[in-house]
Amino acid sequence: MKRTLPIVILLVVVTAVLLFVGLTGGRMSGPVGVASGAALPGFSASASTPEQALNNFLLDVQRRNWDRAFAGIERTSDTLNEQAFIQEWIGSNGGLRAFSNLERFDTRPLHATASDADMRVRLHWTTPVGPVENVRDFHLTHRGDSWRVVWDEKPAPNVPAQIVPVNYLRWDLVSGSAGEDWGSHNVDAPKVRIVSMNAIDSAQGAIVMGEVVNEDTIPAFVNVNATLVDGSGSALDDESSFDKILHVLLPKQVTPYRIDFPKVSLAKVKNVRMDVKATLVPASSDPVIGVMNQKLETDAQGHPVLHGELLNESGQVVNIPHVIASFYDNNGKVVWVSDGYVERALMPQATEAFAVELPQSLAGKVQNFHVVVNQYSLQKS
Amino acid sequence: MSSSINTVCKNLKRCCVPALAIVICASVWALWAQAQEVALRAPSGAVAGTTASIGTSGGGSATFYLAGPAIAVKRDVQLGQDISLSPKDLQSAGRYVAIVCAPECTSVVFFVVPSKPSRLTFLVHPSRAPVSLNDVISGVAIPFDEFQNMVIAPLNIQFQLAAKGSAPTSRNVQTKDGAAWFRTNSGKAAGAMQVIASLKDVTAKRVVQQVASDPCSLRIKGQPTAKGILVETEPVRDCSGNPVPDGTIVTFTAKNGNQTSFVDAPVKQDVARATLLVKGSVVVSAASGVAMGNELRLNGKE
Repeated sequence: MKRTLPIVILLVVVTAVLLFVGLTGGRMSGPVGVASGAALPGFSASASTPEQALNNFLLDVQRRNWDRAFAGIERTSDTLNEQAFIQEWIGSNGGLRAFSNLERFDTRPLHATASDADMRVRLHWTTPVGPVENVRDFHLTHRGDSWRVVWDEKPAPNVPAQIVPVNYLRWDLVSGSAGEDWGSHNVDAPKVRIVSMNAIDSAQGAIVMGEVVNEDTIPAFVNVNATLVDGSGSALDDESSFDKILHVLLPKQVTPYRIDFPKVSLAKVKNVRMDVKATLVPASSDPVIGVMNQKLETDAQGHPVLHGELLNESGQVVNIPHVIASFYDNNGKVVWVSDGYVERALMPQATEAFAVELPQSLAGKVQNFHVVVNQYSLQKS
Repeated sequence: MSSSINTVCKNLKRCCVPALAIVICASVWALWAQAQEVALRAPSGAVAGTTASIGTSGGGSATFYLAGPAIAVKRDVQLGQDISLSPKDLQSAGRYVAIVCAPECTSVVFFVVPSKPSRLTFLVHPSRAPVSLNDVISGVAIPFDEFQNMVIAPLNIQFQLAAKGSAPTSRNVQTKDGAAWFRTNSGKAAGAMQVIASLKDVTAKRVVQQVASDPCSLRIKGQPTAKGILVETEPVRDCSGNPVPDGTIVTFTAKNGNQTSFVDAPVKQDVARATLLVKGSVVVSAASGVAMGNELRLNGKE
């Protein structure tokens, strides 16, 4: 007992010292944008550097400590309230952001003076459709003895109450009763066709891409599968287009598809077997989503990006819009297919910006592009 | 009977020359065995689902077996009397084997033919056919009797085709190995084509939807609106003049310098329309399937 008491006291003291060091000083020396060693309520000092201010702010956002995060920003307009600020971060109307979590972030200074600073942040989100990365620039200003994040994000415009007449088509599927004659209700599967296919090698592996058209007069649920075959005729790998295709195709509609074969080199491939499967499904031609003002540009990080706006021409909320773009060379050949999810729900009669990336090596080759929009609506699922 | 022959033979061996006794006994045994062999008479012209009988000869009891395409029967019978087979025993057409054992087994093979056709299985392909295509529609009819036996005897089947905008046609086709078939062109007008196969009083009806082919030409018009420009097609038709089915996608494209806008708009009541959010002077075009439309130069909102 006489021996153990000093050891216990020593352990308690060491633990207390380590806790204090960890909570107060750890963040100062930690890597930028890493959430470890983060501020705890009551321990965070006022930010003396722009990096520290932004880190504090993003950690509060990550922990959904909204009151503190909102109190720490510099508002440019009094119209911005806390509710709108929260919605900007957690999403609304069943959009992808509403199902996402900020996993981590990396910050990088762009420019700084004694009174102002610009920082670029790469936000890493976990979402139901996989990891999503955003790059966002923040402006910070020095107020009194601390730095504050300037919040100039305009709140999403409210959709005015209105009645949107919807008279689009819907196809229902009636299956006959089992007791009827054989052949009395045979409805053929929709006729779809692969109109182009291109296989390329990339850093991640082989990619098979192209386009499929529904040649029929009814909607089709389409899936494309590809099998890579080596010189001896045996299959190396087989994969499906998964979500990189517009699955429900209306008559005469064209969709890009892309099938990734990670860790397979095209040099080993002798042949590619393609298989397109089409089945009859109930479908609706609503909502119609227009893809407006598309432009191939270079983003702030120097990557070629196709920007544009989605316009929901119907009266239905599109919770998670998914953009799939095919890029063509000057011969009309599909040279790349890429996709991206839009994080905010697409409200009726409203627009939402989107962007999909293009590899740097292909930027010079691309002459044309075509974008289709997949839509996931909570009402339908 | 066999025990009596045995007793007589033993006595003969004791009192007479043994060799002579053996010859006599062997002859008696042969005569007895010949007398015991049962003769079976197969039913002639047996029809599925009807009664039939198998004639037998000899006497005494025996075991009867019947093996057919979908049946196996075993029962005790009396030799010398006809073995009657019920309609249920002979529902399946095909080869049957009848066996009688008493105790030696004798068998006979006979065939049961299908009864009169009571149903037509009629397959027509495709369920949707574009107009003005040669030999695109085909049908095959197979007659069956009430017991699901395929009737393979030659029969005359009449195919009648009736479509909107053309006179009904019919043709008689004789079944070959149980099937009769036809091929025909699709008509010029979109709509339902009724196809009927009939065999005396048995009929089967199917419908082939004749649908418009690809759009033949596209003409578009547009006007500026408060939001941008509203573009719409004139009624979209195929090369035979049929309106394309509602839901057919028409892609409108607006180009303004290096900016491009697309809308995939479905045809509704022969016309596809879309709103394009564009600014300034734009060139609008449309495409659907292989058809390209005219180009329009319009001014969107400034």
